[in-house]
Amino acid sequence: MELTWESLAFLIFSVLSLGGGLAVVTLRNLFHSALMLMLSLFGTAGLFVLLVAPFLAAVQVLVYIGAIAILILFAIMLTRTIMGVQTTYNSQWIGSAIAALLVFGLLLLTFTPLGDDVFDEQLSANLEEDPVDDVDYVTVEEIGIAFSTRAGFVLPFEIVSLLLTAALIGAIVVAREDEA
Amino acid sequence: MTEILIDLGFGEDLADVLAKYLGAGLLAGIFLLLPLFTIWIERKGAARFQMRVGPNRVGPYGLIQNFADVIKLLGKELIFPRNVDRLTFMLAPILMVTSVVGIVAVLPLAPTVIGTDLSIGVLYFISVSSLATIAVVMAGWGSNNKYALLGAFRTVAQLISYEIPLIFSLLIPVLLVGTMSMQGIVEFQGTYWLILYAPTAAVIFLLSNIAEIGRAPFDLIEAESELVAGFMIEYSGMAFAMFYLAEFLHAFLVAVIFAVLFLGGWQGPFAEDLPILGIVYLAAKTFFIYLVMMWVRMTLPRFRIDHLMDFNWKFLVPLSVAHLLVTGFVWRLFPDTDLSGGLFSRLVDEFPRMAVMGLSSVALGIVALSLLRQYAANQRQRILSLTTVDEEYALAITPQTTAQSSVVVVTSGD
Amino acid sequence: MVPLWMYLFVSAALFSIGIFGVLSRRNAIAVIMSIELMLNAANINLVAFWRYLNPAEINGQVFAAFVFAVAAAEAAVGLALILSIYRNRQTVIVEDVNILKW
Repeated sequence: MELTWESLAFLIFSVLSLGGGLAVVTLRNLFHSALMLMLSLFGTAGLFVLLVAPFLAAVQVLVYIGAIAILILFAIMLTRTIMGVQTTYNSQWIGSAIAALLVFGLLLLTFTPLGDDVFDEQLSANLEEDPVDDVDYVTVEEIGIAFSTRAGFVLPFEIVSLLLTAALIGAIVVAREDEA
Repeated sequence: MTEILIDLGFGEDLADVLAKYLGAGLLAGIFLLLPLFTIWIERKGAARFQMRVGPNRVGPYGLIQNFADVIKLLGKELIFPRNVDRLTFMLAPILMVTSVVGIVAVLPLAPTVIGTDLSIGVLYFISVSSLATIAVVMAGWGSNNKYALLGAFRTVAQLISYEIPLIFSLLIPVLLVGTMSMQGIVEFQGTYWLILYAPTAAVIFLLSNIAEIGRAPFDLIEAESELVAGFMIEYSGMAFAMFYLAEFLHAFLVAVIFAVLFLGGWQGPFAEDLPILGIVYLAAKTFFIYLVMMWVRMTLPRFRIDHLMDFNWKFLVPLSVAHLLVTGFVWRLFPDTDLSGGLFSRLVDEFPRMAVMGLSSVALGIVALSLLRQYAANQRQRILSLTTVDEEYALAITPQTTAQSSVVVVTSGD
Repeated sequence: MVPLWMYLFVSAALFSIGIFGVLSRRNAIAVIMSIELMLNAANINLVAFWRYLNPAEINGQVFAAFVFAVAAAEAAVGLALILSIYRNRQTVIVEDVNILKW
């Protein structure tokens, strides 16, 4: 694969995404790991742009970074007396590292052709790539139509809005300070 | 610009990429230098509103005053308080400026001059400016100062709350035009400006934006006279100047966005033939809005924090949601007019739709305002009755107390 | 163009990092952050498959949008629970919340 601008951008964004992710699980200072989570989410938003999903990228920045990550930061600040805890990991961290590596290896074997060369056998799902023609960048309208037609996803959309309302009310009820 | 670079001896690919970066740098640079000028306008204007003269020593009409101030700020020491979270502390002002400069990318300055005409331009504007919230949290936390942290809490509460009416009022132009692209929205306004279709939405947009940038009367973010500058308390020198710069640039960009979304952007006579005219039109509209914002800032006193929240959640949010619903329903009543004819036929064809949309919007605004007036009258009545009761109570108990105390004096005398 | 398996590689790595974080971190908020990482990995997969295998239909992006909504709901309720636990037991360490254990 030759080095084009697109692959360079892919490299940068995936490094941001993965590096941020690694920092989230390794840093001891929780506030820093939350900031790193934002970096990782930002990298993912960049990947979405490369995948011609600009709407999702913007929503990723708006919802994930602008709302969820802020929520997490708030939770960290509200529980900050706990941050002096000395150990980051619990006693099973070696086991969980092995488990994570196993999952990673399994996913690589099934989804990517990397394992095929090593084991000299067709292990991967062999996802044939269609020759991708250029997709239209204007996808907002299509998404809107998909969300609001019966052939599309109008019922799941309504259910998700109900879920969000329920989550909103539930969060308020659970987190209320004064007992009813 | 690409041609110039190729002439200079760059390869074609490289020249293309370089031209893009240079263009972006140039655009951002121009906008980053603008506050030097707008701050001067702001200071002069504020002075005039308060019957002062304003800066008048450095340069003609004090024009160079800001350069002197920048040099002063550059020369000041950047103080790191003890136990400060250094990286977070330093990154916060940078992120703040980035979040504001990012907006520049989607501003349509003229028919052909735009950073990039994203298909999601409006959404991009919201999501980039939502990054400022993170910068505020970072500054508040990184300062390792309880006042900074409290200020950050308040600021984030304000910014997140006012994002809701902001987004809803932004959705109305998107709904009317049928695209999120900034250039598309401007092109639609070749016939009538969008403020004529939805004046109430324009007002909501301006109000919530003034709150987003934290200007008076919504300047509880800083509240220099009571909150010791909130989350910026520990910043000094250039780091403080960056927050300052971000604030003024954001104010200016909000005026530009308002002009683009509601006042027709670069639209004006002959703008399509002569792009430079478009920039002039846009600048004129922008400075008009900026003047309005300055006027509001100089005239109104600061909100109290609970009033600020009440105003948002009990007035702006319901109003903007109702406006979106009304706009959607009324808009569906009309078939799309053919917008390909000459200007005059377009004006005539489009007029009924525009008039009904505008009238429904105004009606909604009037209903909301009268409800608000009713509520305010009730409040005043309640407060008035409270004070009367208090006074009566005070009057009623005063002689008693004196009597009792005299009794006490008498008994102690015995 | 970047081949599909590279996106899958990134998402697999992100997912595994998330698994490691969920299983090994002691602070409940860190666990929630790791779950967010895993949801993101799933999102990358959804969008990548949409882009490479079925760009004619918009379904991949719609699914990803649903994941956003579910993630927002999950974060809100999860953090509310954590705050409630913190208020009652003064801890957010996962092992210390053990009243359901023998």
